[in-house]
Amino acid sequence: MGIQTEEMMLNMGPQHPSTHGVIRFVVKSDGEVMTEAVPDVGYLHRSIEKIGEICEYNGFMPYTDRADYLSAMNANQGYAMVVEKLLGLEIPERAEYLRVIAAELNRIISHILSLGAVAMDIGAATPFVLALKEREKVNDLMEALCGQRLTYSYVRIGGVSYDMPPGFIERSLKFLADFEPFMDEFENLVPENKIFIERTAGVGVITREDAIAYNLVGPNLRASGVDWDLRRDMTYSVYPKLQFEVPVGVGSQGVVGDSFDRFIVRIKEIKQSISLLKQCFAQIPEGDFLGEIPRVMKPAVGECYVRTESSRGDMGYYLISDGSKNAFRVRIRTGSFTSMSIIEKISRGMMLADLVTFIASLDVVAPEIDR
Amino acid sequence: MNFNNQVSRIKEKFADLEIKSEESQAGDPYVWVPANKITEVLTFLRDDEELAFDCLSNLTGVDAPPDDLDVVYHMFSYNKQHSLTLKVRVSKSKPDVASVEKLYPTANWQEREAYDLIGVNFTGHSDLRRIMLPDDWVGHPLRKDYQEEEEYRGIDTTRPNLLEM
Repeated sequence: MGIQTEEMMLNMGPQHPSTHGVIRFVVKSDGEVMTEAVPDVGYLHRSIEKIGEICEYNGFMPYTDRADYLSAMNANQGYAMVVEKLLGLEIPERAEYLRVIAAELNRIISHILSLGAVAMDIGAATPFVLALKEREKVNDLMEALCGQRLTYSYVRIGGVSYDMPPGFIERSLKFLADFEPFMDEFENLVPENKIFIERTAGVGVITREDAIAYNLVGPNLRASGVDWDLRRDMTYSVYPKLQFEVPVGVGSQGVVGDSFDRFIVRIKEIKQSISLLKQCFAQIPEGDFLGEIPRVMKPAVGECYVRTESSRGDMGYYLISDGSKNAFRVRIRTGSFTSMSIIEKISRGMMLADLVTFIASLDVVAPEIDR
Repeated sequence: MNFNNQVSRIKEKFADLEIKSEESQAGDPYVWVPANKITEVLTFLRDDEELAFDCLSNLTGVDAPPDDLDVVYHMFSYNKQHSLTLKVRVSKSKPDVASVEKLYPTANWQEREAYDLIGVNFTGHSDLRRIMLPDDWVGHPLRKDYQEEEEYRGIDTTRPNLLEM
């Protein structure tokens, strides 16, 4: 004789510790197994795209920080690049290096926070504390670089806002020398843990086809086995002068494209960022940090779509200029938005507790979804 | 495949349609496609071996004052590593564009966003609801002629000027 069950509707969020921001899920479940989890987003919508039409080109830069506050440097860089392309500006080489240094430092702290959060959602508090401690050190470096710890606005149209302070390279190299063994330790601490493996391996599997069809980007796409990195394949800035590898998910503990793969890919990307930073510090030339920029920015009539590899992957800026001081249309296409849209499909038949690790492994950032 | 080759390949297939390429003074070129044929064109772009656009990188709506709306499709191919921008134009009085959700699942949410903020009506969409704004919001904020309501559910939408307080 079977036990009679009935489907129930659960409301997870908008305020929930494991939704990583203000996101709501409407979960339909029968016991522990969900029939589906429908994401409800928009709680943090600030209409950044509309603000982009009201601000002048330079004035919009601080808003791009708020589009993705965990990876503000990358967001800044994408916007600067799209405006520069329409203006036809040349950027001094030193500024390009400074941008890449800032972007890679930002990628490290964005990824390390994500890794800590995955571990914490599984119940391990220690890795999160360790991760935050390292993040603080990079925040100190960022503060030395531009005076800000979270929303930098460091990248400006035409270059960057400040040159490196004296001793910055030595400080950064010292940090990297300590951080590299820390990453090895972190890699032993978390992904070797049996509980961690059992909670993430084979969970939330996104196939290669789904990843492309749902337009997943960045580490999530690579974890599904797509060997694609904008920094290498549609290269920009000084990335062609730098040597790095693109880590791809191999399904070492389960299936390609599971939560474990997404975790490992991020760890490997941090290691690549360390190597990129060292190369940048060795290569950075002397020169200006801000190029010649027009006093009033009036790009030619036209439109442009520029994609950069942000911490959460391909961040696309679509800008239409009508020749005036303000943009006609600014569109920010972010990685978190498309990552969220796949949750409804993958969550069918998943355990409720696995949804938490799945969301965390996708590294979605609520303000980036809603903009 | 470069832009001109892509355009001529599309024109070859859709000889009877008015497909017009346009190059702006700066930035990227794009292709105009008749709004009622967008599904056919995108199906061809996805399935053609030479073009093989397997990814819809970005879909968005743009206001085209005074009377029209544009929908912009940024296509990308992981296979061939090339991209293409398509645009369709519809009138604000009847902003109907066929949904491409069945071709590219990512369009589901992106079309919802374009519907929400610009007000394009995607016909055949499985779940065309507002995504960013509350369901009872009035108007589409990214239109150039959008007038914000003075209050939303009793909450003031304007702020007093701090300097005049």
